[in-house]
Amino acid sequence: MIDMCLAIPCTIEKVDGLDAVATVAGVKRAVRLDLVENVRPGDVVLVHSGFAIQKLSQEDAAEVINTIVELGEKSGW
Amino acid sequence: MSHELFEQVFSSRYGNKYLDTASDKAVLKMGKNRIAFTSDAFVMSPRQVPGCSLGALSVFGTVNDLLTCGAKPLYLSSSFVIEEGFLFDELNQIASDMASAAKKCKVEIVTGDTKVVERGKADGVYIVTSGIGAVIQGVDVSGSNARVRDRVIVTGSVGNHGVAVMIARGEFGLSADVRSDCGSLSDLVLPLLRKFGSKVHALRDPTRGGLATVLNEISIESGVAIEIDEKSIPIEPGVKAACDLLGMDPLYMACEGTMVLIVDRGIENLVLRELRKRGARRAMTIGAVAGSPKDRVTMTTSIGGKRYLSMLRGMSLPRIC
Amino acid sequence: MVASEFGDPKLVADLAAKIASLGVANAQLMEVCGTHTVSLAKYGIKALLPEGVRIVSGPGCPVCVTSDSDLSQAFQVAKTEGVTLATFGDMMRVPVDGISLLKLKARGCDVRTVYSPFDVFALPSDKEVVLFGVGFETTSPGVAAVLREAQRRKVTNLSIISCFKLIPPALRALLEGSDVRIDGLILPGHVSTIIGSSAYDFLVKEFNVPCVIAGFEPIDLMLSVYSLLKMIKRKKPMLVNTYTRSVRAEGNPDAVRIVREYFEPVDSEWRGLGTIPKSGLALRDEHSGLDARLRFDLRPTTVPEPAGCMCPEVLRGVALPTDCPLFSKECTPENPVGPCMVSSEGACAAYHNYG
Repeated sequence: MIDMCLAIPCTIEKVDGLDAVATVAGVKRAVRLDLVENVRPGDVVLVHSGFAIQKLSQEDAAEVINTIVELGEKSGW
Repeated sequence: MSHELFEQVFSSRYGNKYLDTASDKAVLKMGKNRIAFTSDAFVMSPRQVPGCSLGALSVFGTVNDLLTCGAKPLYLSSSFVIEEGFLFDELNQIASDMASAAKKCKVEIVTGDTKVVERGKADGVYIVTSGIGAVIQGVDVSGSNARVRDRVIVTGSVGNHGVAVMIARGEFGLSADVRSDCGSLSDLVLPLLRKFGSKVHALRDPTRGGLATVLNEISIESGVAIEIDEKSIPIEPGVKAACDLLGMDPLYMACEGTMVLIVDRGIENLVLRELRKRGARRAMTIGAVAGSPKDRVTMTTSIGGKRYLSMLRGMSLPRIC
Repeated sequence: MVASEFGDPKLVADLAAKIASLGVANAQLMEVCGTHTVSLAKYGIKALLPEGVRIVSGPGCPVCVTSDSDLSQAFQVAKTEGVTLATFGDMMRVPVDGISLLKLKARGCDVRTVYSPFDVFALPSDKEVVLFGVGFETTSPGVAAVLREAQRRKVTNLSIISCFKLIPPALRALLEGSDVRIDGLILPGHVSTIIGSSAYDFLVKEFNVPCVIAGFEPIDLMLSVYSLLKMIKRKKPMLVNTYTRSVRAEGNPDAVRIVREYFEPVDSEWRGLGTIPKSGLALRDEHSGLDARLRFDLRPTTVPEPAGCMCPEVLRGVALPTDCPLFSKECTPENPVGPCMVSSEGACAAYHNYG
């Protein structure tokens, strides 16, 4: 039923100490911030089992897509 | 699970030609008429979720079951097992919801029973509804009637009811604006049956086990293959997001106001037009019936891959209807 | 369906064409993450790859690799009066000798599923609460955070059975063994988010195997296969991170730190791989008060594998689910014999359900 590594990108709406509310497509859930620092409303984080485990980088996401579109010789591959 | 239970315990002891084909509905011959007869127990918990209440569901659920037999729903019976101490206000609300649902469906609740059991011996209230309807002349809908090249149509988005109940339960800590699709399908289905008669081959409402389960049931009952295009299946963003967060799949979540139709390909566009004209704006063709692989449902994924869409495995959420 | 660009069918088709044009006739790639097993199957990626390119599952399903001995300890706790056993949902149906946590729950034992380990604080506090801690590096930091919070709240009724496992030592054991062919590795995106890409440097240095850290969207998966095949073709093994939007070289240092504060690496038994050195996590001595194994005197037991069950071979990647004589016959998701069929991330369940 519940994937063990499943983590979903969510947007942080509210922060109150180590508790926050994350939202994705209108669905909200409480998340804990014990594992990530300096999280602010508007940040996009990866949420796994009720914890934010990483802040996601929009620039890196765009870079991957560009890389595929060009499929240039980046980083030796 | 409950189908196996039914076979092992009940069907094996008092089975007959009606019971053995489909356990929760039967089409009986009485003289020149065909009467559809169906029965269902309603134990939804919580009893109130956005868009659905236990009382309303106990009427709509049975009405929709009668429709899947190709019948005009006529009369319902309704029996209650009530836990001692259950609040009168809530019981009154249930009865009001049932009255209002019955009025919408143009059915009458003509008989029933109530039993009160001691505190702790039932969870609030359980409702058992049975219904009878008149099968429309010239109509023969059955899960075993799907034919190669038939089209598979859904009347609306899937997974709403199951997700609404899951969220309302509170145990996953989600909050969202997802409403159950609970409602009667009479206004959509009866005109189609009257207009297209025997060209409508099968009707199923994807309750427990969701869309994937009914498609598999039909493919097995008819001995055919069903091919589905994932991109075409209407799913609301909130339903998808809630499922993503919890690792669930909307195609296995219950619907209580959506119908799957298997129709002759010649009437596909006419059926879609009729449905959308009557308010089913998200009605879509989601696939077609094929010859092989027999008894299986195959899905072209949103990225053009291909894989099976299997029966619901293991447990579904308990007490969603 | 997916976050728009990462599921764009046109980009996927482009990558499929590029993969085909590499002309790699025969390659066996391994993924070691249950979520990868499911994502690959759900998107139907197999159908988009050339015939000679195979992706096999390794020991990436934490439910599947948890030993029957550990699960039996959870049963023992569940059966103890005055105890609530909290577990992640997927462990409920794994059978050992005909028993499962679900069956124990039906018999009246207090077993509750939790979505987040933090949910233990919402359980009634008049009983002992034991969390059955199964998972890899993605899950253990959250549990460590729960233990820290429990100490902050001065909660005394919480303990855990730590069955957490570590992926890099398992990879080392697989590559040191000689019975499985691995031409390239698809590395787990969320474990890597925690431990960082630098944790895998040894794979190239010591074993010369091409590796790609991959996310879970269709583009991530296709790009990873493309990158691996390119490295295989050019015979230039490297470690490539394609999940840069989440995986940094150093991972998530806060998460790594909190795990180190509460846990230390110990030898651990993996179903299918035997005991792997320093591949599991146990509570550090100074936190032994939180250890359910001490609190409830839980001992290891030896439980034989069910006859005919090939979960150990499937978990090592040396057999496909379809090679198992029980597959889809005596062993189905409704009546599973081994965990690979009962876990939603198990290879056998994926084959059975998705083809």
